[in-house]
Amino acid sequence: MMTLTAGENVASGTSRKVLGRGLAVLGRAIREQPRIFAVAVAGSVLFGLMVVASAFVVGRVVGEVVVPAIASGSVGTGALALAATALLGISVLRVVGIFGRRMGAGYMQYRLQADYRRRVTRRYLELPLSWHHRHATGTLLSNANSDVEAAWHPIAPLPFAVGTLVMLVGAVAALFVTDWALALVGLAVFPALFALNVAYSRRMAPRQARAQRLRAEVSGIAHESFDGALVVKTMGREAQETGRFADRAGELRDALISVGRLRGIFDPMLETLPSLGTLAVLMVGAYRLRQGAIDVTELVSVAFLFTVLAFPVRAIGWVLAELPRSVAGWDRLRRVLDATGEMPYGDSRLDASSAPATLTFTDVGFAYEPAEAHLPGAQVLGEVSFTVPAGKTVALVGPTGAGKSTVAALAVRLMDPRSGTVRIDGVDVRDLAADSLAATAALVAQVPFIFDDTVRANVSLDRPGVDDEAVWAALRLAEADGFVAALPDGLDTMVGERGTSLSGGQRQRLTLARALAGRPRLLVLDDATSAVDPRVEAAILAGLRSAEAGGPGASILVVAYRRATIALADEVIYLEQGRVVARGTHATLLATVPGYADLVTAYEQAEVDHDRQRTYDEVTPLTSGLEVDR
Amino acid sequence: MSAIAEETKPGPEQAESTWMTLRRGLALSPELRIGLVGTIGLALVYMVGRVAVPVAVQQGIDRGIVNGLDFEALFTVVAITVGVLVVTTACGYLMMRRLFTVSETALAGVRIRAFRHVHDLSMLHQQSERRGSLVSRVTSDVDQITQFLQWGGVILLVNLGQLVVTTTVMLAYSWQLTLVVYAAFGPAVFVIRLLQRRLAAAYGVVRQRTGALLAAVGESVVGAPVIRAYAVAGRTARRLDEAIDSQRRAQQKAIRISIMGSSVGELAAGLALAGVVVLGVFLGADRTLTIGEVTAFLFLVTLFIQPVQIATEVLNEAQNAIAGWRRVLDVLDVAPDVADPGERGRELPAGPLDIRFTGVSFAYPGGPTVLHDVSLEIPAKSRVAVVGETGSGKTTFAKLLTRLMDPTAGAVLLSGVPLTEVRFDSLRSRVVMVPQDGFLFDASVADNVRFARPELTDEQLAAAFTELGLADWLDGLPAGLATGVGERGEALSVGERQLVALARAYVADPDLLVLDEATSAVDPATEVRLQRTLDAVTRGRTTLAIAHRLSTAQSADEVIVVDRGRIVQRGPHDELIRDPDSVYALLYASWLEQTR
Repeated sequence: MMTLTAGENVASGTSRKVLGRGLAVLGRAIREQPRIFAVAVAGSVLFGLMVVASAFVVGRVVGEVVVPAIASGSVGTGALALAATALLGISVLRVVGIFGRRMGAGYMQYRLQADYRRRVTRRYLELPLSWHHRHATGTLLSNANSDVEAAWHPIAPLPFAVGTLVMLVGAVAALFVTDWALALVGLAVFPALFALNVAYSRRMAPRQARAQRLRAEVSGIAHESFDGALVVKTMGREAQETGRFADRAGELRDALISVGRLRGIFDPMLETLPSLGTLAVLMVGAYRLRQGAIDVTELVSVAFLFTVLAFPVRAIGWVLAELPRSVAGWDRLRRVLDATGEMPYGDSRLDASSAPATLTFTDVGFAYEPAEAHLPGAQVLGEVSFTVPAGKTVALVGPTGAGKSTVAALAVRLMDPRSGTVRIDGVDVRDLAADSLAATAALVAQVPFIFDDTVRANVSLDRPGVDDEAVWAALRLAEADGFVAALPDGLDTMVGERGTSLSGGQRQRLTLARALAGRPRLLVLDDATSAVDPRVEAAILAGLRSAEAGGPGASILVVAYRRATIALADEVIYLEQGRVVARGTHATLLATVPGYADLVTAYEQAEVDHDRQRTYDEVTPLTSGLEVDR
Repeated sequence: MSAIAEETKPGPEQAESTWMTLRRGLALSPELRIGLVGTIGLALVYMVGRVAVPVAVQQGIDRGIVNGLDFEALFTVVAITVGVLVVTTACGYLMMRRLFTVSETALAGVRIRAFRHVHDLSMLHQQSERRGSLVSRVTSDVDQITQFLQWGGVILLVNLGQLVVTTTVMLAYSWQLTLVVYAAFGPAVFVIRLLQRRLAAAYGVVRQRTGALLAAVGESVVGAPVIRAYAVAGRTARRLDEAIDSQRRAQQKAIRISIMGSSVGELAAGLALAGVVVLGVFLGADRTLTIGEVTAFLFLVTLFIQPVQIATEVLNEAQNAIAGWRRVLDVLDVAPDVADPGERGRELPAGPLDIRFTGVSFAYPGGPTVLHDVSLEIPAKSRVAVVGETGSGKTTFAKLLTRLMDPTAGAVLLSGVPLTEVRFDSLRSRVVMVPQDGFLFDASVADNVRFARPELTDEQLAAAFTELGLADWLDGLPAGLATGVGERGEALSVGERQLVALARAYVADPDLLVLDEATSAVDPATEVRLQRTLDAVTRGRTTLAIAHRLSTAQSADEVIVVDRGRIVQRGPHDELIRDPDSVYALLYASWLEQTR
């Protein structure tokens, strides 16, 4: 660990770097939305100049209308009307300035946010699944939401800050024109105010960042703890979980108090400084008045100027305060926007009307890139070769973690193999056009995914040629027509997050119907019928193989545990640790491959053992439990 | 839903309940009152600093400048004002320091209490649909209050005070000019309040669109495999664009309303300034006012603009913060329906536990009865399997047995003690359930397994895996016990997660182990092996397994068959299959059909 001073040095070094990089991000924003930025800055400059002008008008009103009127006891109505009109006119121009500045800044910020949300989500759609695997869902959500927001947040006060800079220059110039002595007071006060703002932002930024980080951590703990509420409850760990939450909530409290204390130091000082300036003007102005260098008009103008300038100067502080967050958000965006590894599609097309497709794996190897070195997931597939002949059903069997789902994903090119090739009808899937591949092969995954949309949209996905008739046909085939017909609005019923919630089996059948609706020539089922009755499953598979289903008929690759499912297959491929250990008919494998026999006959074995066990049931039990003190 | 609706329509009835909320909140966090009078006192002194300059300008001009230059008088005025400013600045610091320390401490307390309270609520309240909103009760809702206090709260306090102090000073100079200022600002405040109401509604739309946008992005991320497999990226992109653009349009509408509000304030300020000049000149000519007083008034008007504008804007935020506070308080007001008897409760008797249900019925609130008048006894140390179709009530049975819910009628007793009388720490250490969804925390395998017993060493954990026959599986993990399981255990397969959850329950060393389809996603060979070792290592305790695969039922001492909320059969497997038309025999036939 570094000493405190060293740490501070590093921190201020980085904050200087952050300033530079933050300004670069702002520069990019301006380059991307130059016109609207120009409008906003023009509005802001107008506003700023009117603020300065108002001070001088007020000064003149006092010096040339109020003083003579009170001194003489008579009112010059012409001058008075002019003064009132000038004040109102300035007010109107300020409103115009506000409109330009705030509307411009707001529209610019929102446009940039929308634009970058579009870009980021486009990347999500383009980047391969292997990239998705390496990133947590929560991270990707916040990339598109809070990071985009953070990156463009300083845009809102930016035109105000730019306008304020112009205003300050204008104010100092006006001061010099009025009187050099008063200008010196301004030169002392304005830079001091500016410096105070900068110091404030600099100290505030790390505190805010820390509070923000702790806020995210507190929320993470709450999310996890409530998601695991059942486990917490059944194990009686409420107090410990609360302790874990309280620790972090306490840190957050301390961080927020430290933010508040800093605010307590700087906010009153930032208000007092311009007041001291005004008092200085009063003193210096009186001397200059005696010397005859200025008159009352000018004195009041300058005093008023100090009062009205204090607030806008803070806008500069706001921009600076937001920069570190902006840079951090931008860096996270860049990681998405600059990520590489898209899976480009080819332009070969398969004949859509021909018979069931043939799927061939040749020496296919695959390794997942782990998200972090210590995580598992480097599950390897090595030299897998097999063929699903046209119109045939092949079952993929293997123990948990053998790589079955990976094979299924490779078959429809959700990912590309590290070595070897996957072909459909002799064409390397990497050469196929995206729509041709999707029209040819369909995968039904282990965990059903339902879009927050209508039943119709979930099944058809707006694919050409999938009309209501096709949707109903697919639902019938997946035995989902019954429950869909019973839904309040039939096909128009909203399902998913904000609609009717479906049972696991219903969700599975809906995703099955989605695959069937496209009349694929190759169907890959990744343990996709576990919640479906075996009889239904058999009917589905039989219906698919024949042309009667309305399509060309399909070749099927099915990942399964159930013997009922396996029995329907023409051939079984047995995987163990990413390698094809054996292939053949179910009967052959049962007779010749011990691992396979163990797996598929586990339940029968259990039954045999169970009967045997009854005979020596009272044999000494194994050492029970753990010998640990409670 | 209702909370969101409330939030977006501030009405007259809202004002009343705002006070109610504040009173409830203060009652819950009495520490908020600590030193409140002192804090308000400091705030008032701090505000005096804001009018010090206009008063100094008036005094300075009248005494030291226009009536012949008098440096001594001028210097006195300036020196006094500087002194006042030093004092008020210090008071500002102390005020904020006290305010933040007290409020953050109180709110952290509320946050932690709400967190604990959510865990104390029964499963019915923790259902997945409500989980997201429960999380926001202890996160964004509390954040909203603290953020409001840090920014808006101080601004509101200071600016409202400033309005009072400024008005007082203005009245001291001239009631006529004060009237002019109020005449200019009165209608403006009225219009601004109207606009604020529209703005609140507009922000409501923004929040709703942001929610929709997040849902769309979430769908495109979680559904990435489906989107790719069906080549529907174009369709997804269109849906995303729609969500993104409609959020942007809502934001732009909100800012337009907001700008109208500040423009009205600005115009009112111009009007007030012009009015003060015109009337001030006439009053000055009448010798009612001095030059300094008119000038000071012009300064005071500018002091009036900012608070009016800021306060109206902040009032809106205040409504949101109070709505957030109300939502937190509402959660705390829900009485835990399955309550820990605590101190008054009893301990479960030592040794193996027997189970008794007497006339137990259960219905979800507003739902049909899912368990009808169940009475049964299960002797200690027996191994029982509960089977039945999906929806037959077998999981409800397990939840009642572990007191995750209380029956609507009847009682559940463990070794003769009614569950409602058992202290939770005794119950949870003796009775452990392994749910189907073996939720894992984002930590190592070891930390997940020692969840209930943090004192266990790695060696003891490894020994437990060995006893369960899972040593090989553990060795196959990249870092063994230290392997991280990822968010919700997603780095492991579903079956592997169940293995870890099972080990976690096993090391908790309960006297009654309830398994709710705890191995449903494990491959058959592993499941059978696990079943066998479990049978061996849990001998001497009572185990109850909700079975998905009937292999579990075959090896149990007794099978309880649940059908449509009633127990229709019980006895050993071999006896139950003798009647070929019985519910169990049919279930078994269907099972055989699946497995061979």
